Amino acid sequence: MKRSIGDRIFDTANIIVLGIIAIITLFPLYYVFVVSFTDPAEYIQKQGYILFPEKWTLDSYKYLLSTSAFQSATMISGFLATVGTALSLVITAALAYGLSRKRLQGRRLIMLLILITLLFSPGLIPPYLLVRDLGLINSIWSLILPVLTSGWYVILMKSFFDSIPVELEESAIIDGSTDIGVFFRIVLPLSLPALAAFGLFYAVAYWNTFFSAVLYINDHAKWPLQLVLRNMLIDSSTQAGGSAAAEMMAEQNIPTETLKMAAVVIATLPILCVYPFLQKHFAKGVMLGSVKG
Amino acid sequence: MAAQSELYVGSLAKTAPQSRWKHVMHGLRRDKFLYLLIAPGVLFFLIFKYVPMWGVVIAFQDYSPYLGVTGSQWVGFDHFIRFFSNQDFYLLFRNTMAISLLSLVFFFPLPILLSLLLNELRNAIYKKWIQSIVYMPHFLSWVIIAGITFLLLSQSSGIVNKMLVSLGAAKYDFLTNQNNFWIMLTVQNVWKEAGWGTIIFLAAIAGVDPQQYEAAKMDGANRIRQAWHVTLPAIRSVIVVLFILRLGHIMDVGFEQVFLMMNGAVSNVADVFETYVYRLGIQQGQFSFSTAVGLFKSVVGFILVIAANKLAKRFGEEGVY
Repeated sequence: MKRSIGDRIFDTANIIVLGIIAIITLFPLYYVFVVSFTDPAEYIQKQGYILFPEKWTLDSYKYLLSTSAFQSATMISGFLATVGTALSLVITAALAYGLSRKRLQGRRLIMLLILITLLFSPGLIPPYLLVRDLGLINSIWSLILPVLTSGWYVILMKSFFDSIPVELEESAIIDGSTDIGVFFRIVLPLSLPALAAFGLFYAVAYWNTFFSAVLYINDHAKWPLQLVLRNMLIDSSTQAGGSAAAEMMAEQNIPTETLKMAAVVIATLPILCVYPFLQKHFAKGVMLGSVKG
Repeated sequence: MAAQSELYVGSLAKTAPQSRWKHVMHGLRRDKFLYLLIAPGVLFFLIFKYVPMWGVVIAFQDYSPYLGVTGSQWVGFDHFIRFFSNQDFYLLFRNTMAISLLSLVFFFPLPILLSLLLNELRNAIYKKWIQSIVYMPHFLSWVIIAGITFLLLSQSSGIVNKMLVSLGAAKYDFLTNQNNFWIMLTVQNVWKEAGWGTIIFLAAIAGVDPQQYEAAKMDGANRIRQAWHVTLPAIRSVIVVLFILRLGHIMDVGFEQVFLMMNGAVSNVADVFETYVYRLGIQQGQFSFSTAVGLFKSVVGFILVIAANKLAKRFGEEGVY
């Protein structure tokens, strides 16, 4: 069937509208990216009107990465994103797998216990007191242990494992494997797409750890990246006089703006790097997850 | 219980009826490795989810860290009464509702509209690109988004204000202005999550029977009318269910977002239950009072979520939990 004129107008308009939406989404990030590579003198001279710098420079990055605050914060966030994600994935998957095996006694009770945690939250203070009583204040484990898994992910993964046929493990058990062996050698390798999706969500959550660090980490030397970033980006621009971070930057010849934007780019980069590789997986993972609204 | 256990390699399931206790013990022994596998996860829920649930009792005490939960004095509903008779309560409630309702009115419809537009794109590669771009902000932290907002909008150095000045307009105070605070939060939310929100609607649209479009075309419907008369009705139940579920979370506004965007000048319109609990509990050490505030919010949230889910089940049939 030939496309009518109305159809073609509609298609063109649609392409343009969505293009504009994409530009609106992308532009702030693009601007931050470009300015972070701009020569400080050029930034001052052009008053920030930069769509493409005349001279690309890594000065802001070199300076940022040479500060010990930024180095240790990046290490801490990196540790959270790798170790935390690995632990979370294994524990979530193991629990979900066990609960997906229908012969397991008590699974209904455990599922109910998990469901209740989704409906009722004890708020902010009781968990804080728990972490404090466990002696985890100022420990990196306070950023991992309380968020090791979540009821949503357990339930979602369980529904994924429900589809793995029970015959598969039975044959492995006949061959002399234990349930633990079956889990690590058969179930996990079979579940790589699901693990990739959930791993991405966990890794992003750990990399973006902010509020629990506000609560539990008082020692500035142990701050993860998002907290250092908050101090650089936000405190200094609302409060007259500025924070220590801003003063530190003012001593250098680099304008605080290009430094700040470089910091944003560094904190965004790991996410943008894994994003294209995992994108094909996450739609599947979310399809179950987005129901939570 | 007995009905659940299935034939299993090496099991004794076929033996004559046994006592319940024996049956349980048998199951425990048979599945010991399975229990070992779930033990860390179960322990996590017990320690980090259930111990704090028991911890809310301090809302009914004058909790002192030195005396602990067992030693502190019980005061009944004193903290709740103090909170409800306080002017703060009204402000917190108003701000929470305002922020939530704005997002319901302006944010909720956008992913639906966006997925209708995306669905009409003919060029698959272009569609993939647009999708990848609009999903992306979802993965950025609120610190990054708040930070970019400050970089763009700050009065002294933000590029938007520089533009306003060079256009001959006056600088506008975006960040410390009570009048636009709620709107700013809504815009941030739209930018971050609207694209991500399309995933579920696109999946629902993908399930629409193509024959319906053919029939609509035969009846002379153009593309806009097809979207209106075929696509939208087809995904109506998904929309209704998500809307109801959203209502269930109307007391929850993004904690980190408000916390990061808040400053002295806007605290009157920015303070919500969560930030209040943080300030009074963590910063000022009023553990019992702020636990009571948190408990109030949790109980209301619990009732809303249960009610919303019941309602959603009625509309969506499948239900959510």
